[in-house]
Amino acid sequence: MLNFLLGSTLILSLLSLASIYRAFQGPTPADRIIAINLMTTLVIAIILMLSFYFSEESFVDVAILYAMIGFLMTVAVVKYLRKGSLK
Amino acid sequence: MIALIQAIVAIIFIVAGLFFFLVGVLGLLRMPDVFSRIHTTTKGDTLGVGLVIIGLMVYSGFTALTLKLFITLILVWLTTPTAAHLIAKSEYERDAS
Repeated sequence: MLNFLLGSTLILSLLSLASIYRAFQGPTPADRIIAINLMTTLVIAIILMLSFYFSEESFVDVAILYAMIGFLMTVAVVKYLRKGSLK
Repeated sequence: MIALIQAIVAIIFIVAGLFFFLVGVLGLLRMPDVFSRIHTTTKGDTLGVGLVIIGLMVYSGFTALTLKLFITLILVWLTTPTAAHLIAKSEYERDAS
């Protein structure tokens, strides 16, 4: 089971590297935001699996905080795109 | 015996979640339009992390950790579709004007 968790963590990190390509390449700003949003979710899954691999229960709190901060980042960037400022 | 069944069910759920993540990233790389990219990515996003967390909840048994995982699941399922809706609305307004 532990080897399976490590292998799926490796697969998820390769997928997040592939998602960086769209964030670098994307023609419109919305493409980059989608790619970073998908990468946030991938990192949440990676943190949760690593918490079971190292049997550290406190990593789950890190995943909850990461989900909150990722959503806040998306909302802030979209507001900046629509209004031109963050006021 | 119970632990073996728990591990097998957890592995099935996590493999299904990895498949949906793969579909989401593939759609992000290969789809031609912004809106179809949003569609594919959000579907893979929500279902992928949901199945992975459900698999980990099955693997961890019934402890306080399961409640924390459930809170994470509810948070992700609330925030990810909201963010996708926000991005799609902003892109639609920019397209129309």
